[in-house]
Amino acid sequence: MKTSRNAIYGSLLLLPAAVLLWTFTYQPILVTIVDSLYSTPRGRRPARFIGLDHYETMMADPVFWKSLVNNLIYALTTIPLSIGLALAMALLVNAGIRGRALTRMAYFTPTVLPMVAVANIWMFFYTPDYGLLDQMLRPFGLGGNNWLGSSETALGALIAITVWKEAGFFMIFYLAALQQISPALIEAAQLEGAAPSQVFRRVTLPLLMPTTLFVAINAVIGAFRLVDHVFAMTKGGPDNATMLLLYYIYQVGFSFWDTGYAAALTVILLAALALIAMFQFGYADRRVHYR
Amino acid sequence: MKAAEHRVTGIDATTLGAWLLALLWILPLLYALFAAFHPPEYATRFDLLAPITLDNFRRAWNAAPFARYFFNTFVLVTLILACQFVLCTLAAYAFVCFPFRGSEVIFMLVLIQLMIMPEALLIENYRTLSRLGLLDTTLAMGLPYLASAFGIFLFRQTFKTIPRELEEAAHLEGANALQVLLRVFVPLAKPIYVAYGLVAVSYHWNNFLWPLVVTNSVETRPITVGLQIFATVEQGIDWSLVTAATLLSVAPLLVAFLIFQRQFVQSFMRAGIR
Amino acid sequence: MNTSRRSFAGIALGAIAGLALSTSTAWAQTKISFYYPVQVGGPLTQVIDGYVTKFKAANPGIDVEAVYSGNYIDTTTKALTAAKAGAPPTIAVLLATDIYTFLDEDVVVPFDGFIKTAADRAWLAGFMPAYLKSAQVGGKLWSIPFQRSTAVLYWNKKAFAESGLNPEKYPTTWDEMVAYGKAVMRKDASGKVTRWGVGIPGNVGSAQWLFGALVAQAGGRLFNENGTETYLTDPKVVEALQFWVDLNKVHGVHPPGIQEWGTTPADFLEGRIAMIWTTTGNLVNIRRNAQFDFGVAPYPGKVAPASVLGGGNFYIFAKATDAQKEAAFQFAKFMTQDELQADWNIQTGYVAPRDATWETAAMKKFVSEVPAAEVARKQIPNSVPEFSTYENGRTTKILNDAIGAALTGAKTPQRALADAQTEIDRILRPYRK
Repeated sequence: MKTSRNAIYGSLLLLPAAVLLWTFTYQPILVTIVDSLYSTPRGRRPARFIGLDHYETMMADPVFWKSLVNNLIYALTTIPLSIGLALAMALLVNAGIRGRALTRMAYFTPTVLPMVAVANIWMFFYTPDYGLLDQMLRPFGLGGNNWLGSSETALGALIAITVWKEAGFFMIFYLAALQQISPALIEAAQLEGAAPSQVFRRVTLPLLMPTTLFVAINAVIGAFRLVDHVFAMTKGGPDNATMLLLYYIYQVGFSFWDTGYAAALTVILLAALALIAMFQFGYADRRVHYR
Repeated sequence: MKAAEHRVTGIDATTLGAWLLALLWILPLLYALFAAFHPPEYATRFDLLAPITLDNFRRAWNAAPFARYFFNTFVLVTLILACQFVLCTLAAYAFVCFPFRGSEVIFMLVLIQLMIMPEALLIENYRTLSRLGLLDTTLAMGLPYLASAFGIFLFRQTFKTIPRELEEAAHLEGANALQVLLRVFVPLAKPIYVAYGLVAVSYHWNNFLWPLVVTNSVETRPITVGLQIFATVEQGIDWSLVTAATLLSVAPLLVAFLIFQRQFVQSFMRAGIR
Repeated sequence: MNTSRRSFAGIALGAIAGLALSTSTAWAQTKISFYYPVQVGGPLTQVIDGYVTKFKAANPGIDVEAVYSGNYIDTTTKALTAAKAGAPPTIAVLLATDIYTFLDEDVVVPFDGFIKTAADRAWLAGFMPAYLKSAQVGGKLWSIPFQRSTAVLYWNKKAFAESGLNPEKYPTTWDEMVAYGKAVMRKDASGKVTRWGVGIPGNVGSAQWLFGALVAQAGGRLFNENGTETYLTDPKVVEALQFWVDLNKVHGVHPPGIQEWGTTPADFLEGRIAMIWTTTGNLVNIRRNAQFDFGVAPYPGKVAPASVLGGGNFYIFAKATDAQKEAAFQFAKFMTQDELQADWNIQTGYVAPRDATWETAAMKKFVSEVPAAEVARKQIPNSVPEFSTYENGRTTKILNDAIGAALTGAKTPQRALADAQTEIDRILRPYRK
């Protein structure tokens, strides 16, 4: 009796979300996988089954590999850097410094400034010679940098923007978590003679783990979806130095009009995300007590 | 660690470091203020004595319908947030209180979307919306995000921590399923709603790629797309104009945040994320 | 002749059918939709709306819905996705270079069929041949020039004078450009350059355009008229890229790395670069903001001076009724009449593609006030169409990447172009029959 009632209530409650998830997540995933096995239809030529041709093309496509490697670098730098900085910011603001309200606000402002808008401001910062960065470096004899215009620094320049954009946002979550830690726990540890660094490592950090997982999920999603500045600043250049996977998919799909190949690239992105998800939840299971 | 000490000290290294970082973080905004209020010839050189002007704002205001863009973003974010709250709450409630055979499997399926954000499925979603005849509508910008796995996941975790006794007590008082949800679960999960709301607002306020793909008119275009279109002209970047436009378009949110930040941050801190 | 007469008959029939349809549903208008981009600053949507209002007043039987759709890329994306979804605009202003994409997708119709009367033919003959040529593929005219531009050189007369050069004499050859560039270079005490000789934007999206000019100057050719071949391994093409790279590597007159299009005007206005390569569309901006005397010059040459064309044309989409297409053609004709073109070019800085436009009173007055505006016009006979082939998005990206690789030193120009040619060959093979 109870089970059938549950089934009716449960499925009714789930229905709206399920319909939307099916339409905009599961169904497109399936269609994308199928589409990746067909050629792109053009005006007079309909799509035809080509098996794994797109994937073979992809294996030989240097831009794909470049975008994959870049995206890995982008993820592996922006995720730890923004999380680390967010934690540091939260600890600083939490430390009872003077002007903490102002400081906190300063950290948080990038969150309300849309990326495409600040991209142009950062463009000025990075401009060679009279750009802000070079103006500040010149007295030290370090001027004349073309940050966005050379292959070595362009990706780093975009990574800096992403970290700037995300750290303050993540800080808020850490700040909230820090306020929840009972001072008694910290005092107890101090009474036992633990050094501040030990207190931090043994008490504070473990208690922040659920927040870290929450923040990490957001950071990972950001590392694969935040390509607005690529769009606004470099378009993937120079010579694909800033090409990221999602931007490449956008380009192949909406500028080359090669939807079949874009579908195959999407499948790779989906696989990468699924892999990370499995790792993340596997790791989280061991480290965080999520019920 | 200074963090533990909780006292207002003098200006020590920690404070200085915090301030320096704050300055670094606010620099783009400071630059925007400088460039927007001074004539274009000062956009790239800093002179405290440069004349102040509102001309850039006038030019930006006349060049693009920023009020409309802002309104569009506001409608979009409100729509998404409202729908996400309702849909995710209902789904989470189902997973926690009405488990049935296979609901665990369904939950695992939901988790898939946690990582696979709608942007990854840009091309296929575009086609779906085009088939539905919804391109260039606010609904189209919102639809793929309305059922958020992240929201369902978070709310489910929170609902699970709520003691079943409370639920049973409500049932004994004659409350039906919906009343239990609204009187017991939702109020107790309020902090999580605040936290989730912040994530959602920040995500959609800043969202760019998907709205860029599905909109093509002033009536639907959100502020991010409007600004991008406004800034990319053949003559290159006019920083005075772009910064003025940026300030115009983020001003309402920025001012609201400045006024309410204390209340906001405090209520948020009381919330906590688990 | 025969075909044009047949299509004329078709249109006449269509028009009659349309008329019959409209009379049966009382008196109805022919409704057409018009997508257009705005690529230069200023409140230009109002200007276009003004033209549309005038057109509607003159043609009460036609209702035009004008849709401002962002920049060129956005507009192309919108138009093409709308076409694929079965609801394209009737007429749109889109990049001249997108022609092969539209042919491949089979979404546009040629203009030849609409040109019927002697007046039509006279109107068509009024366009400058260089622009018409870039709109023709396979003997058909696929688009009508509307807002066209060309690339020019801006030089800082003050910097020239300071360096002992004749401020009125701009470079006409590569060698002169390098020599003048060396003369105007300035360094500070620590040896850092404070003023560079020349800047040529090489970021993604600009590189292929200006490279087209360099190649033409070297006497080479980048691609064929049918959009099926590129000649990147041609020694003249390699020479052009080598020269661009050498501007920094050998001559030291060009800033290192990639010069960014978006900041190039600011570089010039700041006095950081004394000679810049950019579009005629920048004239209004630079004139307004320059704190020094400057000049606008046609491009120099190696073999001969040459520049590259740019800008957007009118396209009529295939999926419309014959009555709509005919209405769209009338609209295109209206928008390219000389008085209107003169106004549009004065307001935007585009280069009117019709000689008669330059003879209008308004244009003559403008040229007398801004003599620089005429430089672009004089250069047009020496200008080549911009890079464009089938699979244009892809081939353009490959060329851009190759230029980027060479300019950043990742590959030699020869290597970069050879790799790019191999890639492009693979992509264009299906189109070479």
